[in-house]
Amino acid sequence: MDRADVDTRIRTALEPFNKKGVEVSDATTFQNDLEFDSLTVMDFVAEIEDEFDIIISMNQQAEIENYGQLVDAVTKMAGDA
Amino acid sequence: MSEGISQPDQPEILEGGDTDLFSKFDDIINLRQGLLASGQEDPFNLVMEKVLSPTRAICNGRDTILLGTYNYMGMTFDPEVIEAGEQAMRDYGTGTTGSRVLNGTYQGHKECEDALLDFYGMDHAMVFSTGYLANLGIISTIAGKGDYIILDIDSHASIWDGCAMGNAEVVPFKHNDVEAMAKRLKRVPEGAGKLVILEGVYSMLGDVAPLKEMVRIAKEHGAMVLVDEAHSMGFIGENGRGVCEAAGVIDDCDFIIGTFSKSVGTVGGFCVSNHPKFDIMRLVCRPYVFTASLPPSVVATAATSIRKLMHGSNKRAHLWENSKNLHKGLRDLGFTLGTDEPESAIIAVIMPDLEQGAAMWEALLKEGLYVNLARPPATPANMTLLRCSLCAEHSEEEVRTILGMFERAGKKTGIL
Repeated sequence: MDRADVDTRIRTALEPFNKKGVEVSDATTFQNDLEFDSLTVMDFVAEIEDEFDIIISMNQQAEIENYGQLVDAVTKMAGDA
Repeated sequence: MSEGISQPDQPEILEGGDTDLFSKFDDIINLRQGLLASGQEDPFNLVMEKVLSPTRAICNGRDTILLGTYNYMGMTFDPEVIEAGEQAMRDYGTGTTGSRVLNGTYQGHKECEDALLDFYGMDHAMVFSTGYLANLGIISTIAGKGDYIILDIDSHASIWDGCAMGNAEVVPFKHNDVEAMAKRLKRVPEGAGKLVILEGVYSMLGDVAPLKEMVRIAKEHGAMVLVDEAHSMGFIGENGRGVCEAAGVIDDCDFIIGTFSKSVGTVGGFCVSNHPKFDIMRLVCRPYVFTASLPPSVVATAATSIRKLMHGSNKRAHLWENSKNLHKGLRDLGFTLGTDEPESAIIAVIMPDLEQGAAMWEALLKEGLYVNLARPPATPANMTLLRCSLCAEHSEEEVRTILGMFERAGKKTGIL
């Protein structure tokens, strides 16, 4: 799976969580731009995990601040799987 | 020659105005000041001037019924328990001044661990100085780098801190969601060590975990299982061993963590296990090694209390009655509760928001009733809760009195 495919699928999964319709680029941050609280993070991560059949541990989540980093991380994990 | 002594190496006036390391707490300072400015008594600064019994105290000058102490079995004033503590203090002194692995293991510590072995029918027991340290120590020590911890998102702070202190990969799942847990277990890389952490009773809403399914699935995936039974010990299960006993899965639990600060009625924590190598924990578990052991009076009261709890079936039955009566009474009054049916000795009353919750808490205190005010971020889904924990020593009449207080306070604050 290439990065563009992963990007498309994550973008779709993100839509219901993007309540304010923020325009999403690689630099968009989950905490500040998308205003995710800890509960939203859990639900969103669960969506992504189910979509790609991967685990994103909290240790890994700590390294992911913006959208682009998530796409990179998932691309790598889905590729390794 | 240095002139450094008269020249501070940092500016005396901090740059950037009033900013310092405490600035990160400004939001919570403002929230608290806002509450207190509205004439609210400080919910987190209550002083009990006198404690009259497990269920009554003088709080801020008022005779108060205690409904938020986790003193489920009312052991704190048991004459035999007090006598054991007094005797131990006379015989062994006020404290051990030492770690369990140096000079801090007295006869009483062994007797306390023996009482736990008998209570749980297990092979190994280890007593920690608090329940917090038991979770911190066991979790951070057994789950290391490359291992996976799968845990409920609503786990207690001591469990999260145990995860943070260790080096394992931490993977939470949605509260009490069997399928979400199973999916995560399935995805753990092959060969990695797995620890599933569950609680018998979750203290915020007083709800019980579906341990029967969860423990079975964890075992099918080759995971070790740790269950925190802090809020169920002494009360739930035929012998008071907890939800894992009631669910019939205690033999599949690798570690049970508990505390002496609830049903047992003093302070301290423990872990019991049947693992053949469990005793090595005494040497490698830092929160066990690098702190002073419990005072002789505390372990003596704990041991006596634990042995009495083994024969507490009548008290357990009365506590269930209290829980059912309070749950039904509050629901009939029109309050929103954390569980549809009473599942434990904790009944959580859900408040519309923090402001009204704080007002209701204060109105109850003025009526002469103490409950716990729980607020975000400690609560699930950012709820404000009034948590009631019942005691086997509450009489049926007291529960009726409590319901009257809730009705008056609820009307006064406009929640009912």
